[in-house]
Amino acid sequence: MTVLEVRGLATAFERNGGTARAVDGVSFTLDAGQVLGLVGESGCGKSVTALSLMRLVQPPGRVVAGEVRLEGQELFALSEREMRRLRGPGLAMIFQEPMTSLNPVLRIGSQIAEAVRVHGGVGRRAAWNRAVELLGEVGIAEPKTRARDYPHQLSGGMCQRVMIAMAISCAPRVLIADEPTTALDVTIQAEILDLLRALRERHRMAVLLITHDLGVVAEQANAVAIMYAGRIVEYGDVFEVFDRPLHPYTQALFRSMPSLGGRRERLEAIGGQVPDPFHLPSGCAFRDRCPQAIAACADAVPPLVEKVAGHRAACIRVEDAARNPA
Amino acid sequence: MSATTPLVEVENLRKHYPIGGGLFGRARAWVRAVDGVSFAIQAGETLGLVGESGCGKTTLGRLMLRLIEPSGGDIRFEGRSLLGLRPRELRGLRRRMQIIFQDPYGSLNPRMRVGSIIGEGLAIHRLGGRDERHQRVQELIELVGLPPDAARRYPHEFSGGQRQRVGIARALAVEPRFVVADEAVSALDVSIQAQIINLLQELRERLGLTMLFIAHDLRVVEHVSHRVAIMYLGHIVEMGPSEEIYRNPRHPYTRALLSAVPIPDPRRAARRTALAGDVPSPVTPPSGCTFHPRCPSAEAVCRSVRPPLETGRRDHAVACHVFPAEKP
Repeated sequence: MTVLEVRGLATAFERNGGTARAVDGVSFTLDAGQVLGLVGESGCGKSVTALSLMRLVQPPGRVVAGEVRLEGQELFALSEREMRRLRGPGLAMIFQEPMTSLNPVLRIGSQIAEAVRVHGGVGRRAAWNRAVELLGEVGIAEPKTRARDYPHQLSGGMCQRVMIAMAISCAPRVLIADEPTTALDVTIQAEILDLLRALRERHRMAVLLITHDLGVVAEQANAVAIMYAGRIVEYGDVFEVFDRPLHPYTQALFRSMPSLGGRRERLEAIGGQVPDPFHLPSGCAFRDRCPQAIAACADAVPPLVEKVAGHRAACIRVEDAARNPA
Repeated sequence: MSATTPLVEVENLRKHYPIGGGLFGRARAWVRAVDGVSFAIQAGETLGLVGESGCGKTTLGRLMLRLIEPSGGDIRFEGRSLLGLRPRELRGLRRRMQIIFQDPYGSLNPRMRVGSIIGEGLAIHRLGGRDERHQRVQELIELVGLPPDAARRYPHEFSGGQRQRVGIARALAVEPRFVVADEAVSALDVSIQAQIINLLQELRERLGLTMLFIAHDLRVVEHVSHRVAIMYLGHIVEMGPSEEIYRNPRHPYTRALLSAVPIPDPRRAARRTALAGDVPSPVTPPSGCTFHPRCPSAEAVCRSVRPPLETGRRDHAVACHVFPAEKP
C-alpha cells in the first residue's frame, strides 16, 4: 500500500540573482513498512529533498514545483497549521547530529513528553510516563532514571535513541532518517540500524533512509534511489540496482568504494568534482565525469525511464526496456 | 621483519590527562587516553590504527610526533629518543615527521594563500632561497594534482577534496620520512575519498614514506595498511599484518568491529556480534580487561587480570585471555 507519493518535486535556492535547483524533478513512492534508501554524495540534494517533504525548507530556498501525497493528502495544499499537526503522526524526521538536535537545558524525558503532549492531548504526568515507556522501547536501560538526564550526560548513540523515541512518539506513517548513523561509531551504528528495523516492523512505518553508505542501504532498504546534482539518476529494487547498476554514476560509486576483504588494488576514483548547482552543464549533469559520455549527452537532460522491469535509469547510453526485455 | 632499527618505535607510551582540581589544585582524576602502548613501524611500512571515538588513537598519533608531551614511556625516531632532545634538536627532527589532519576546512589558515600554506614549512626550516621555495611549492602543487594557479588562491576557493590535497602538499613540502595521517580521508565523499587514497598510496611509493594511518573506517584501513593495530580505551588489543587481522581476527572486540561494518550486498544478511552498551569512560576504566563489560566471551579472569599483548604465529599479537595469540 502506497503511503507517500512524490511527483516532480523541485526546490530552488536563489543567490545573487542566480537560481540553483537543489532538487529538480524528484519522484518516488514509498509503501507501508518499506525502506527507500536515498543515496548520494554531499550537496546532491538528498537532505533538501527530506526538508521539502517536511515543508521545512528555509528561505532563500523554496519548493517551486511538485506534489507530495501522504495517504492521498496533498501536503502542499495544507495550511501551515494543518501541516504542523501532520508533522509527528504523519511524517517524522531524525537527523545526523543527535547531540545538536536536542535542547541542552531540558531533561530528555521532558523533551519527549513535550512531543507527546503537543499531539496527544494528554496531561503532564501521562506524557512523562509515556516518555519513559518510549525510552524503554528504543532500548535505553533504566528508562525511569535516564529520563531525568540531560543530553550532555548521554553518548551520541543514546542521543540518537532519544531522537528516535521522540520521532516515533506519535506513531508516524513515514519516518525520514537523514544520515541517522553517520556521526556514530560502527558498533553503535549497527545497534541503531537494528533498532530502526525492529521499530519499522513493529509499527509498519515507511522509512526514507538518506545515506551516503551503500553498505547501509544494502542492509536496510527494499528500494534504492541514487541522486546526483538534484536528480534521481537511478531508481529500483535494491537487488536489481546492486546486481546490475545501470547508470555510469552508480557503477562508478560502487567501484570507488573500498570493501572489506577486497583486493588491495587501486580504487577507481571518479575524476573531477560534483558540479556547482548554480552552473550545471547542459544536458546530463554527470557527463563531464562520465567515462561513457558522448556528444549527445550535452543536448538534453536524460529522463528517468524504465530500462529493465522495475529498474529506472536516467542515461541515454543505457538501452530502454522496450529493446531490453528483462 | 628485518633486523634493522625500525624507523619509529614507541615503548610503554602513556598520556594521562588530569581532570578537576582547577589551575593550581591537585587533579581529582585522570583520563587515561593512552595507557601503555608499544610497537614499531619499519621504514616504508604503513601501520593502520583503528578504534572508535575516544579510544586514544588521535592522542597516540600526536604523542608520536611529540606535539603533546607523554606522561611516560618513550618514542624513538631512527633509534633516537625524542624525549631527551632540546627544543632546537626537536625542531630539526620535525622536518622528518609530519601530520595530515582530518578536517580540510579547519586546518588551513583562511587568510593565507595556498602557496604560503604549502611553503610555510620550507620557510620555517629555512630550506632554499625564495625562488627555490617558490619552485618547490609549484612542484608540490603539481605532485598532489592541484590546478597550476592554486598557489595564488585562498583555501575557501577549493572543495573539501582539494583542500585535503593542500594539507598533503604542506605535509610533504619538507620531505618527511614519517607521516601521521589522522582521519585524512574521513570527511570526504566516497568518490573523492578514492582520489585521495590513491594519491596517498602513489606518493607513499614514490617518496618511500612511512605512515601511521589513523582511521575509524575499517574498509579504508584494510585498503591502505600493511599492518593494523586495533585500539580500545587507550590500549592496543590486537595487532598484526593486515591480511592476517582481517582474515583471522581473534580479539572479540576486533571481531565485533568487523562484523558491524555494513556490506554492500543485499543478499548477505548481517551476521553481527552484538556488543552491549557504550564504550566506558576512560576516567574509570573497568578492571582487568577493559573490554570485559561488553565482551560476549568474557570469563571470570577477564574481570580481574589485564591480558598482556602477546605475539604469536604470523606476527599476530592479541591481548585476550579467552582467545590468546596462537603459540609460535
